[in-house]
This record gives sequence, C-alpha cells and structure tokens, in this order.
Amino acid sequence: MRRIYLDNNATTPVLPAVFEAMQAYFGEHFGNASSIHHHGQETRAAVERARESVAALLGCRASEIVFTSGGTEADNLAIFGLTQPGQHVISSTMEHHAVLNSCKHLEASGVEVTYVPVDGRGLVDPDDVRRALRANTGLITIMMSNNETGVQAAGKVPIDVKRMGCDLLSISGHKMNAPQGVGALYVRKGTSLRPMLHGGSHERSRRAGTENVPGIVALGKAADLAREALVRSDLDQMSRLRDRLEQGILNKVEFCGVNGQGAPRVPNTSSIHFDCIEGEALVIALDLKGLAVSTGAACSSGAIEPSHVLTAMGMPPERARGSLRFSLGKQNTPEDIEFALSLIPSTVARLRELSPVYNKTTASSY
Amino acid sequence: MSQPRTIAVAMSGGVDSSTVAAMLRAEGHNVVGLTMQLWNQRRLAGHEGMPEAVQGRCCSLDDVYDARRVAETIGIPYYVVNHEERFERDVVRPFVEQYLSGRTPIPCSLCNNHLKFDQLLIVAQQIGADALATGHYARVEFDEPLGRWLLKRPTDRSKDQTYFLFGLTQAQLSRTLFPLGGMMKPEVRNLAEQHGLALAQKPDSQEICFVPGGDYKKFLDAYLAEQGESLPDTAGELVTTSGEVVGEHGGIHNFTVGQRKGLGVATGSPLYVIQIKGDSRQVVVGDQEELYTRTLRVHRTNLISVADLPEPMRATVKIRHRHEGAAALIEKSADDEILVTFDQPQRAVTPGQAAVFYNEDVVVGGGWIA
Repeated sequence: MRRIYLDNNATTPVLPAVFEAMQAYFGEHFGNASSIHHHGQETRAAVERARESVAALLGCRASEIVFTSGGTEADNLAIFGLTQPGQHVISSTMEHHAVLNSCKHLEASGVEVTYVPVDGRGLVDPDDVRRALRANTGLITIMMSNNETGVQAAGKVPIDVKRMGCDLLSISGHKMNAPQGVGALYVRKGTSLRPMLHGGSHERSRRAGTENVPGIVALGKAADLAREALVRSDLDQMSRLRDRLEQGILNKVEFCGVNGQGAPRVPNTSSIHFDCIEGEALVIALDLKGLAVSTGAACSSGAIEPSHVLTAMGMPPERARGSLRFSLGKQNTPEDIEFALSLIPSTVARLRELSPVYNKTTASSY
Repeated sequence: MSQPRTIAVAMSGGVDSSTVAAMLRAEGHNVVGLTMQLWNQRRLAGHEGMPEAVQGRCCSLDDVYDARRVAETIGIPYYVVNHEERFERDVVRPFVEQYLSGRTPIPCSLCNNHLKFDQLLIVAQQIGADALATGHYARVEFDEPLGRWLLKRPTDRSKDQTYFLFGLTQAQLSRTLFPLGGMMKPEVRNLAEQHGLALAQKPDSQEICFVPGGDYKKFLDAYLAEQGESLPDTAGELVTTSGEVVGEHGGIHNFTVGQRKGLGVATGSPLYVIQIKGDSRQVVVGDQEELYTRTLRVHRTNLISVADLPEPMRATVKIRHRHEGAAALIEKSADDEILVTFDQPQRAVTPGQAAVFYNEDVVVGGGWIA
C-alpha cells in the first residue's frame, strides 16, 4: 500500500545523511567519550563537533549546550533545575505536556504557577506575561511554537537565542530528522542549573550519564542540515505545499476551517477542524488508506479530553475533537499532497454520512 | 471463498475475540482490530476502599497490550477508540441509578446496545468496514422466508451470551458476525494456539469490566464520592408482604431480589428479599414461597425474530443469564410492554434484569423487567 506520512510534528524520519553520519559510531568509533585513550578521544571529538553544530543552529556558544535524552528531559531539566519552593513560575495554557505536567508537579511542592492564556490564534500576549510577573518569579516558560497548530521552531525558523534574549531553550532531536532519544538544552552562561541526573560529571556536571554518541552525532548532523535548509529557504517550498494542502481541503470539503487562522506560524503545519465528525475515526479511516496524520499531540492520543491546546485557544470541545493536524516534512512532495487531497474529501463525506449528528443544514451552526 | 471483505473485529484482549480476528484474517478478509477504551481503570483506584492495584478487566492496559500483540502477530492494523464519555453516560450512570432505586442492573446489555453494536458499529462503518465481528458465543443468520435477521443460541450452550444481545436491531444484526457461534470453547482455545496466539490459555473474564473484584457497593461509594455526590440516604424499613415492619436497613442498594444474607433479621425460618420499593425505601422480605411469581412485565422491548406481537405467543423465557429458561406465554399488554405469564411460578423475578424470549434456539426478543 502506498503510504504517505503527514505527521512530522509527531516525529520525523532520520535523514539518510544523518543516519550515515551515525553509523560509524556504533561499531567503528565506539569509545566512551570520557575515556582517555584513543577510542575515547575519537568520540569525545565527535560529541564536541556536534555540540558546535547545535550551538550554531541556536546562535550560542558550544559550552552553553547540554545534551539530553530528548525534549522532555530538556524541559524537565530547565524547569526543575531552576526553581525552588516558594518561587513563582509563569507558563501558558497551551504548553506541551512535558512542561505542563512538570509545572503541576512544581505546584504540588510549593511553587506557584501562573498559566497565561492564549488567544484564538494560539498566541500569548506579552503584556499578560508582564502583568503576571512578581517579585519572586524565578522562571518564565513559554513554547516558541506550538506542536499542534504550528510546531517546533528549531530547524524550521531561524533561531538566535541571544537576539531572543532567552536564558534556556529546549530542542527535541526527533522533531528535526535526528532519531528519538536525543535532545539538547541551551543554558545561557551564568545560569545556575541544578542537575536532575546525578552521577558522573558529564555535560559540565549538568547532566550525568555516558553520552549517547550516535544520537548526539545525529543531532549535530541534523542541526547542520537544518541550518543549510534555512539558508537555502527550502522551507518556502514546504510552506507552499502546506498552503496547497490547506487550500485544497478548504475548497473541497464543507464545514471545515483552519484552527489558529491568522496567526503567524511555522511553515509545515495545518490544524483543520471538520465539523460533525470525530477526529479519531477520521485518522483511522485515512490510515487504512495509507495516509498518516494525527488529531493532535501524539502523547495525548486516546485521551478523553479534546486537545488542551485547541481548548486553550477557545475552541468548543466538539470542534476540537473534530480537528486534524497535518504536518509536513522535508521528504514530502507535491504528489504526496495530491494523494492526500484525493482521499480526504471522500473520507470525510463517508464519516458524515454515517454520523448520527451530521445534518447538512445545521453543521455550520457550530 | 466469497469476496474478501473489510471486517472490523472488536478486540477485548481475550481469547475469544483474538481468535475471531485470527480466523477472519486466515480466511483472507481485510481485518481491522478495534478496542474500545470505555473506562479508565485508574480513575477510582484507591478511592473509598477500591483496590489500589488496577486489576480490572477490559480496557486495562494489560488487555489493550494483549490485543495489540495479537494484532501484530496476525498482521492486522489495530486501533484503540475512545468512548469513555458515552460509556459513562449510557452504562455507568444508569448502573448507579438503578442500584439506588432498588433495581439490579445489567450493564453488559446496555454496553452491547449503546456501545458495541451502536457506537462501535458506526465507527467500523466509518472507517470502511462493512461488518463488525465479535467473540460472542451466539449465531446470526438471515432467514429468507421470514425476511429477517435471526439471533440464535450458539453451539456451546455453556457460553451462550444471547441473553445480553436481546437488544440488537435488524440493522445492527445485518452488519454483525459471530464467528464463534458454531464452536465449543475448548475448540476456540485450540484454534488460538494453532494461530500462535500467546494468550490461548488466558482465563475468561467473568465480572463487570468497570467493577474490579465485583464489589459493586464499593464501586457505588467510590464513584459517587468522585462525582462529589453523596450516597443518597435510602435507609428504611424491612417489612413483610403484609406490611408488618420487622426491622430496618441501611440503604436499598444493598439488596437484590432473592437475597438471603445481610438482612439483619432473625426469625424462625430463612427470610428472602421479595421486593425493593424505591419510593418508600422499604425492603419487603418473606419466606421462600413468596419469592415465586408467575407474571412479569417487560418494558423497552426489542423484537428480533418477529416484527410485532399481534397475538400471544408461547416462548421459553429467561429472567437471568444463568436462568434455565421457563415456558411462558408472552403477549403485548400495552404500547412497549409485554406481559409474561409463566406456566410455573419462577423464583426471584428481579426488576432491572432482562427477560429474554426464546423459541428453541431462536431469540424472539426481550426487554427490561419492570
């Protein structure tokens, strides 16, 4: 069966060049990067080269990069590493679960958290953040781009942490064509961070644990490729494909619309609601025909509540539950978009035909 | 073999539904495995005396894991679909309300009517399947002369689940497959082994899926507490059939018709719960003889083998899943009401249970005992 993957916000394939870059670090150059002999020196060098690549992507110094097991660990390290009981934290209502649940955990241990709202386009108003500031605010954590409506920014939009003025920034390897299991945290020099993992003095005593060399090498290579793509404006092409998909759907399917309409967003994502159907059933029906998409963050699939992100944007639950997320990747082609457009309208129509709540005349009253 | 079809299989993670999936796949059909997520087993764990460890069946992570592994073994796509909200509304809430009004509910029939053969059947069609197959021990066939879909008892009488399926409509039956209807349970386990399914010897689940351990009283307490509601005070009197007050009770939900234990009243001879009067909060007790009645009324009826009941009909009627069934006359007594008159008085007719009418192997229909 022909399979087209439009769920790149859930994860991305490892690019061939990235995979190739990793391979030598399994059997050939396998040393523990902390060993003093030749084998360790080799892998130490590879780790540090990767660190420089990631730093270049983010616009910071290599010494400000801490490698982790992924975005979730990076988020946790930032949040738990910087806060103390008695402090105050500001976040938003639409954060990734790694941030939200970490904040909930903080609240259970004596830290107050303010969750700033987002508007209908999924944007945080900086004035809301200013107003929430208190004398004891120790951390503000807001996602740069939302994974449901507009995506991880790193690798998709240029990032310059110095210009942004942020103290920390987490990135997830598998969202940018590196494998699952590796990520990084930018920690501005001078920021005092308590480690979560205790053991050896790896990562300047900020994150213990023998380095995942193949993973780190992969992340470094993926970062290089991402910078090149940004420079080449490859993402304009992706943006055009996304727009073509979006327009195609809006033209061919009734009673649907783009979530977060009008907000500036990264080039690869489209979150679209289809009235009167369950997103879950639509995802399954499309999957059975070879098209892979999702209803929202992968980590919330099967959950009873509609996407907390869409709800935070003020969307009514039925509309949130009828929403699908299409997220393109580097490997998607115009033919992939045509394939998707050939399937979606008839599949939505079938679901509506069989839906007890679909009534052509009332659907648009949502 | 006839044309391969796309068939959705309702997979519980048990041997029966797993074997159905394997059988249909082996026959060359396009099979899609579906598990319904109906109840979050962790929700009440540790509340009000409920066990901490989540051992409940159906939708437990273990069962989903088992179903997923079977799907992977036989090479079919597999999905978990979430219908927790509907299950709570159409099965759990009525379960609670029935007990609180002195009736003994059967959630499994409600689940069949509202979830398995309604919601899930719709989803199956939406995703492109033209039928839903389950591991129920029952048979469905189209009777040409009658022009109707018939629900019939299975070959393995000891596993007969037709009692819980009386609510199925013609439209639903036309899209339902019960591949195990002609098989005996040991045969099914053997077949599972042959297909290489690791769970071939997994024990059957016998309890209500959302009440682990079967203690429905603890469940009621825990659920109501979680909802921020208190258990309504339905304490009242224990009375005889002639109205004489012989004691007190702490709540009508503690009783079911035919119950002997827990009455807290000692007299010369054993006493049984004869009736539970929700309105007056009285529990009527009496001796064994008083437990027997010859008639009962059935509401919210569903007829399967016939379109209507213009005249009284002879049938074998079951008043409980484990009831043998007894000869009776059934007749329409009012709009959506059927009067059942047994040849012989029957023990402990219980409001809230279903009465299901059989004509030999064929399920005529059924309804809820008033």
